[in-house]
Order: sequence, then structure tokens, then C-alpha cells
Amino acid sequence: MPTSTQTTVSGPAGAPDPDSRPASGPAQTPKAVVRPGDRIFSAATLIAGILILLILAGVALFLLAQSKDTINAQISDPSSITGGHGFFAYVWPLVVGTLISSAIALLVATPFALGIALFTTHMAPRKLAPVLGYVIDLLAAIPSVVYGLWGIALAGNLTAFYLWLSKWFGWIPIFAPDADGSVSNTGRTLLTASLVLSIMILPIITSLTREIFLQTPRLQEEAALALGATRWEMIRMSVLPFGKSGIASATMLGLGRALGETMAVAMILSPGLLTASLVVSGNQTIASEIAQNFPEAAGLRLSELITVGLVLFVITLLVNMAARAIVAKTSVKGS
Amino acid sequence: MSKQIDIKDLDIFYGDFRAVDGVQMQIKPRSVTAFIGPSGCGKSTVLRTLNRMHEVIPGASVSGEILMDGNNIYGPGVDPVNVRREVGMVFQRANPFPTMSIKENVLAGVRLNNKRMSRSEADELTERALRGANLWNEVKDRLNLPGSGLSGGQQQRLCIARAIAVEPEVLLMDEPCSALDPISTLAIEDLINDLKDKYTVVIVTHNMQQAARVSDKTAFFNIAGTGKPGKLIEFNETSSIFSNPEKEETENYISGRFG
Amino acid sequence: MLTTSDNSTAKSRTLTSKQLPKATPWVIAVASIIVAIIISFIAFGGFNIPVVAVLAGLINIVAVFALSMSYEGRRKATDRAATTIVTSSFILACVPLISLLWLTVSKGGAAINGDLLSRTMLGMKGVLDQQYVAGEATLSGGFYHAIVGTVLITVAACIISIPIGVLTAIYLVEYSGKNKLGKAITFLVDVMTGIPSIVAGLFAFALFSTIANVIMPGAAGIAKTGFTAAVALSVLMIPIVVRNTEEILRLVPMDLREASYALGVPKWKTIVKIVLPTSVSGILSGVTIAIARVIGETAPIMVTAGFAKTLNWNLFSGWMSTLPTYIYDSQLRPVSPGDAALASSERAWAAALVLVTLVMVLNLLARIIAKVLAPKAGR
Repeated sequence: MPTSTQTTVSGPAGAPDPDSRPASGPAQTPKAVVRPGDRIFSAATLIAGILILLILAGVALFLLAQSKDTINAQISDPSSITGGHGFFAYVWPLVVGTLISSAIALLVATPFALGIALFTTHMAPRKLAPVLGYVIDLLAAIPSVVYGLWGIALAGNLTAFYLWLSKWFGWIPIFAPDADGSVSNTGRTLLTASLVLSIMILPIITSLTREIFLQTPRLQEEAALALGATRWEMIRMSVLPFGKSGIASATMLGLGRALGETMAVAMILSPGLLTASLVVSGNQTIASEIAQNFPEAAGLRLSELITVGLVLFVITLLVNMAARAIVAKTSVKGS
Repeated sequence: MSKQIDIKDLDIFYGDFRAVDGVQMQIKPRSVTAFIGPSGCGKSTVLRTLNRMHEVIPGASVSGEILMDGNNIYGPGVDPVNVRREVGMVFQRANPFPTMSIKENVLAGVRLNNKRMSRSEADELTERALRGANLWNEVKDRLNLPGSGLSGGQQQRLCIARAIAVEPEVLLMDEPCSALDPISTLAIEDLINDLKDKYTVVIVTHNMQQAARVSDKTAFFNIAGTGKPGKLIEFNETSSIFSNPEKEETENYISGRFG
Repeated sequence: MLTTSDNSTAKSRTLTSKQLPKATPWVIAVASIIVAIIISFIAFGGFNIPVVAVLAGLINIVAVFALSMSYEGRRKATDRAATTIVTSSFILACVPLISLLWLTVSKGGAAINGDLLSRTMLGMKGVLDQQYVAGEATLSGGFYHAIVGTVLITVAACIISIPIGVLTAIYLVEYSGKNKLGKAITFLVDVMTGIPSIVAGLFAFALFSTIANVIMPGAAGIAKTGFTAAVALSVLMIPIVVRNTEEILRLVPMDLREASYALGVPKWKTIVKIVLPTSVSGILSGVTIAIARVIGETAPIMVTAGFAKTLNWNLFSGWMSTLPTYIYDSQLRPVSPGDAALASSERAWAAALVLVTLVMVLNLLARIIAKVLAPKAGR
């Protein structure tokens, strides 16, 4: 059944494309009379919609305007930019740090999120399931600054684990100890930040995936069970294929959240130069760089940070577009 | 009350697609006219053009004329909102407003059209409309309860009460019984018989026995194939359509030898 | 070998098959934990919680699969293994989340008192914290100013974003059809949903410092106000309100709109009197969720409103603090560094408890609104 004004074609003969002709119809139909009430109300809603266009254009424009100083400095005197080697040399370690932390967060969180979503929708006892779903939603709403606080409190406990990692897996560059064979003694490394990020985005991905799983048509599930499928086979036959595009978009939303997440990283990470190893101090992400330096910044430094923000904006924009493309591609088959 | 409807050269389009082609018809006041035909033949679409409800669908448009007692409802300066106040409609699925009580549902059309009325007038109108829809005795003790608490058949009669409360001239019914059980269907059919004393009733139905039972005249619509426009094949007294149709197509459909 | 599948083909079509007793998974789980502890002692020379947890999980999965495979057959074994994997991943993931809640409640609960809620950081000195840590005084300071700032900034953000968000959603659902503007707005709302919160803050700051520069050249600093923060939050809040409202409006059955049109009710009145009342509970609960989301934002506030130490009721002038920025500031820039930083940390945890409670209450409120105001089905 149709649920929206636009998609309703309750008439006969296979829905034709309503776009191919303007709504006013053929020349013979006189122009419809518009009531003043309708005109005012539709204008108000239209203005609100256009405001959104303006706000977004404003975000891009004002960030660009404030980036002007940095761009000028980059052209006239690259050594005046923090680090002394121009803007790109300054920003790329941040970009790499951001991407690494988000990727780790996503890799860790997604399987668990799927597990929790499946557990709460299809495996948990009937009475417990809605409660668990509600708890997950609540956890998704906990502010990131609290996750940061929690991360700081517990980061120290990870040093023993990192020492063990560097001892046995030190040959993998990301677990390598530093020159004197030790790891960060506070535990405030990029790996810790990434793990906290993964815990942060876990409820978000879970709660979106859960909703998708709940929407699996009951009939499809019952059809699978009626064919003699076990519960797992039913999940593989009907639940997972149905939720494929939903899972992809939930993951991408989680990624977008991780990329832009500021506070948890800014609080946990003790930043430093880009290093391959994730268990020693060092590395930095874009959002955290801005948060840690903005309060004291002025003049060119301020402009630099805003430019870095613009870079982050562009990256998240690209990720979101990719997410949309993936969803568009997979959902065609799905539905 | 009650008006005559003349449909002249009516074509209906969805975008560039011609959905219904060249309908000519005269519907007499105080009569029941049934539209029958296979799915997708355009009967519901034609019904919707009688109160310009098709305009809710994006891209839908018509050419031709529909005259209500001689006034073209597609003439210049005609406000569809005013047309719909004259031509009430009942839908396939009962759709009482969920936020309103039974009484508020009945009065919705009047209230939303800004007519002020005193308490006693409102009570009187509620009773009159509900009696008109054969529902008064069943709901008179619970007028302030939500309309969605009624059974399917009662909800549909509530929708009829709501439609006749605005005192229209014409009442359109789009398969009003298709979601109801036989007993509720019977109640609605009885009601339709009563309604034709006051209104011009046009009903779309998939059920040929129903058309035969309730209508004075029957219009048979058909479609030549997917992508072709629907056409009015035959329009005649119900008795002759069902006992002695002029066209072979009609006979095939009536006798179930369709296709 | 006599497996179940052999059995069933031999007897062809029996309804019963060999099944492990109901308690089996529990027995295996306990056994796996014991084995894991033993291995932990042998290989790592002691009891190591993460090692035991991971080992126990792995042993459990393998044992369940092997036992079920040998007794119930491959399909049943896969089913059991999958159930075990999913359940253990659920339990494993719960650990950090429970730990977070526990830490907030225990640390925040230990520190919080009425004084913290009613005092600001006015006149705070490192000495006071040192005295507290030495046990010579009670914990001083507080975050009344941050609570006030949170409320003011959030209310201002709501006043900006709720009308824009709801009206835009109405435009998208009721008016735009499939036209280009509607598609563009939908796309941009998607884009806005993805704006990192700190970028929203930077935007608001850039906007107001540009304006400030025009009014008073060189005075970009005055751009840091509570109102700037509210604008930053609105950028984050509007897309959430639009999305939630749009979703709810699309759930209103087309039937109801048609019923109203058929009664001769104009479109705008149909929207105001039929569509909105039908969906009001959903819209309100969506708005509440949006508030809960932005009330916990830190990054956009710190770049737009700074870190105020004292009470400021004026949204349009001077710095302001909110609970999240207060937490951040207290934790990372304690009043007194060194051992006495503990006092700042305790204040931070107390504020975190208040913030988490606030967010939880808002979420709960959203649920209640959705339940209580929803159209009754009667019957």
C-alpha cells in the first residue's frame, strides 16, 4: 500500500511515470485555483527547505572564506605553515591518522554489531529482546565526551596487553615497540582511541542494523522455516539477504561518525608525529587536532585549523556519497 | 439535492500515458450507477475524476467535460475543494481519522470547512448523519470513543456518515465492500438502497452480483491489453446489461468467459 | 559410523532425531571456562581475564560444533555454532558498555552532591583542590553555570531548528512531489547528517567571526557566544529533525489525506488538522531524540562558546560553558595539576553522571511521548 503522497498511483494499468509530464496536465485543463491559505502554508514550507540549501552553501562558503589566509600562505610562503613544509605536509599525517583509526573502529565494531543485532532480533528470549533493543538505543545516545572520560580512566590497563602484543607480534609494523623496546606507558595510543571509537559506534551500527533485521518480512522467515530450515539457515536465507543494503548503509554511517568523532580521540590520544606503530604514543586525527589546538589558536593558525576542518568535511562528504552509491546499488536487487 | 452528471469526451492521462479514452455517459439524479470491469480498466480512475480526486496523483490529468447539472467542474476558475464539498466519496478501505472520536469524525468535514455550529446543531447533525448511515443505534452510547475502535463494517458506515454530513449532492463509492465480510456488505448494500432517495450514487465494484443487486444502471469498462487505454464498452439499464447485453465483450465478462 | 543423517535415510522419514539434552550448551560453556583457566595458568603463568575470556569463547564454539556434529549432524551443528558465536559476541560487546555505565554511576555518584550542582567555578584556586585531596576540605567548585549554559544553548538551538526542520519535512512529504528541489533538499539533508560536529562548530564560528569583523574589524573574538554555539548545534539538529519528521509523515496513510480532500477540505488544512495531529507523537519523540543527540555535543561548543568558568545568562555576549565542555575542560585542564587533578576529575565524573542522566531521561521521555500521545486504537 502506498504510504506517501508522491508514490500513490491507485489507478489502473501499471503505474506510469508521473514525472514525464508536469502536474498541471494537458493544455485544456484550466489552471487550478490556489487558496490563500494553501499559498501561505506551502510558501512557508518551501522557505524552510530553501534555508537548508542556504545553510549548507554557507558551511562551504564560510569555511572557504576563512581558509583564504592559509591558501595565501601556502602560495607565498609555505614554510610559515605549522610544521614548516607547507599545508599538505601538515595535513596528510592527520588524514592518515583519521583513516586508520576509523578503519580499525569499523573493523572491530561491525562484526559485533551484526552479532548483537541478530541476537536481539532472532535469538534472545522473546521477553528480553525489546528491553535489549531499548538499552542499545540508550547506549547509542551516550555523549562521546563520556566515552572519552571512560577511555582515559581505563587506558592504563591496556599497556600490559600492548607489551604482550609488541613482544609476540612486534614483527608486524603496527604492533612494533619503539626504539628502546617499550610501548606507551599511559596506554593513550591511537589503538586505544580506535578501540574506544569502535565501542562508541557499536551501538549506532547495532541500532540501525537491528531496525533492518526487524523489518524482514515475517512471511519470508516463515517460508524458510516451513521448508525445514534451522534457525541459522533461516537467517542466512531470509534475514541477511534482506538486510544487505541496510547493513552496508549502517556501516557507512558508523564510518562517517568515526571519521568526524572528535572528543573521544582528543581526550584519549596523546598526539605526536605519524608513526606506523599503533601501540606507542604518536599519530593524530583531524578532528582531534582541531579540538586540541583551536582554543589557543589565532591568526594564521586559526585559518589553518579551519582549512583542516574543510578537508575533514570533504572526506566525510565523499564517504557519505560512497555510502549512498553502495545502498543504491545493492537495494535494487534487495527490493 | 442530488444532481445529474454528464460526462463528455472524457480522456484521462497519467503523464503522457492515456489511461482512459473517450468516455460518454449521463448519470441521472437519485439513481445508483455501478461501474464494473476487470482490474486496470480505468473504472476507479473515472470515478475519481468525478470529484477531481485524481489530481492527488502526481501527473494525472483529464481532458473533456464533466457537467454537474450543467456546470463544468473542469471549467475555468473552478476550485476542486468546492467540487469535493458537493461530491462526497467513500473509499475501498474504511479510513476514519484516528485522532478523532466517532462524533468528531462525523463532524470533521463541517468543522474543517470552518462552519461554526452550536452544540445542539452539532448533536442534531451527528444523529442525522449516523442515522442516514444506519449506524446510530450501534454507536449512540459511545460517540466520544475513537472511531478506529469500531468493526470494519461499522467503520465503513462511519465514513459514509462522515461523507453525507457535509450534505453533498453526489456520493461516490470506490469498492466500499471489498474489505468487508458478507454481513457488513449486506448492511452497506441496504444503505445504498436508502441513499438513492437523496443522492446520486456512483459505485465501483468488482462484485457483479453486487452491481446487479444495488444499481439501476451499469457501466462496463474494459481494456484491450496492457499499455492500452481503458474504454467504456457498454452503459445501460442494469437488468439489460446482465440479462441481455448488446456487446459480446460484456457478455463474456458477465458470464465469466473473460479473456 | 552411525550419524543422524545415516539414521534418517536408513529409516527414511522419521520425525524424531537425536538431540542433545537441553542443558548441553550450558555444560559446555562452564567446561570451556574451566579449560581456559587451566590453559591460562599453564601457558601464561596466571589468571588473565582477557585471555581466559577469548580462549573460553573459542573453546566453547569448537566444542559445541564438534559435539553437535558427531551427534546431531552437520546442519544442526552449524546452527548451534552460529548461535554460540552470536551469543558470545553479544556478551563480549556488553562488557565495555556495562563498564562505561558502571564507572559513570560509581565515580559520578561518589562525587556528586547538591553543592556541585549549585556552585560555579567562580574563585576556584588550585589550593582548594590540594586541600581537598589532602583531606582538609570538602570538594569545592561546581557546574551550575554549565547546566545553565546547556539548557540555554539547547533551547536556542531548538527554537531555530524545530520550525525549519518540521516545515522542511512537510515540504518534502506534502508539496515537493518528485521535483528537482525536493530531490536536492533530500540529498543535502543527507549530506548535513554526515557533517562532523566539529565542522558544524567551525562553520558557526566562521560565520559569526566574519560578521563580527564587518561590524568591528579585528574583533573576531566577540563571535564566541552561546548563540553561535546554538547555531552550530542547529546545523547538527536540523537534519535529524527533518529525517525523523519526514519518516513519521510518510507513515500517515494516504487514505486519511484522501478522506479529508474528499470532504472538501483544502490541502493546508488537511495537513494542519489531519496529518500533523495523527503524527504529533512521532514528531515530538523524534524531536526529543534530536535534542538528546545534540545536548551531548562537545566539539561544536568548545570552538564556538569557549570555556566559561562562571555563570552567564546572556546568549549573545561572552563565553558559555555546557556540561560536555565542562567535562572536557576539567579532565584535560585541571585547576591544579599533579595529584590534585583528581579533584577536577571527580567534578568531571559528577558532571558526566548528570549529562548521562539527562540524555537517558530525554530518551525515556521520547518513548513515553510516543506511547501516550499516539492515536488510540480503541477497542
